[in-house]
Amino acid sequence: MTDKLHFEDFKAGDVAIYGPRHVTREEIVAFAAEFDPQPMHLDEAAGAASLLGGLGGSGWHACSLLMRMIADGFILNSTSMGSPGVEEVRWLKPLRPGVNLRVRVTVMETRVSKSRPDMGLVRMTFDMIDDTEAVVTTMISSLMMGRRNAGAAA
Amino acid sequence: MKYFDDLRVGDLLMTGSHTFNAEEIKSFATRFDPQLFHMDEEAAAKSHFGALCASGWHTAAAWMRLMIDQQREILDAMTTRGETIPKRGPALGLRDLKWLKPVYVGDTITYRSEVTELRVSNSRPGFGLMTILTTGVNQDGATVISFYSTTFAERRAA
Repeated sequence: MTDKLHFEDFKAGDVAIYGPRHVTREEIVAFAAEFDPQPMHLDEAAGAASLLGGLGGSGWHACSLLMRMIADGFILNSTSMGSPGVEEVRWLKPLRPGVNLRVRVTVMETRVSKSRPDMGLVRMTFDMIDDTEAVVTTMISSLMMGRRNAGAAA
Repeated sequence: MKYFDDLRVGDLLMTGSHTFNAEEIKSFATRFDPQLFHMDEEAAAKSHFGALCASGWHTAAAWMRLMIDQQREILDAMTTRGETIPKRGPALGLRDLKWLKPVYVGDTITYRSEVTELRVSNSRPGFGLMTILTTGVNQDGATVISFYSTTFAERRAA
């Protein structure tokens, strides 16, 4: 367990980049069919007629891909206890078929939980960027991380 | 479905329920959020959650599906009546998304979405911006999720 990332391993100002993750048309349409079956997420012509200006994935798909990338990137190798929520998500650009996504994670601040001394909160900005470095989706959220000396502290 | 001009703060946009089973919780988690407490009953039992529970993104995506299914019924009826269909979407983003309690296997979540703010879009003159508050409440009356989201809604032609 000692090799896992703990609360103490995150410092304000830390930056890491994870990915890349290639996104296909098929998976954009499959996600939309299952969770967000709006024509602009399913069909090129409907996407072109919408404000997306072409087929674009569901915003929830963008969030889910971001989640998977940070899970593989560092959360699965950490003492993460989940997240109480998300302060903000902005879908700045459509999620296009064929894009190669990466996620740039910046640690904003860290603080020990007052109610749960065995964990701390790591507040982060997650920028999901495309092949041209443009931000597709940006998210601010805090993760709950176990503390290295949780046993001793408790 | 209403044009932006006909929407009012307080309008109820949808209400509907979804029951989460273990198979779909694991299916979503396998693809998008493979943390053990979303994937494996035994590991989840040992975690601070105490039992298998849905990814928070799954809880949100299940609302989206209910919302779009209800919207499609309304749109189909409008099409049958020969009415023009206002454009809706995409969303710009969301804020204050709170995962207040875990969603466990067998939980039935009842969602409701209500209009909380309406303002004209500066970037898209033909559209307004509709902000809604969505909440999800479990069978015991506990709120498990809440968030505000903001979406483009088409205005009537001037």
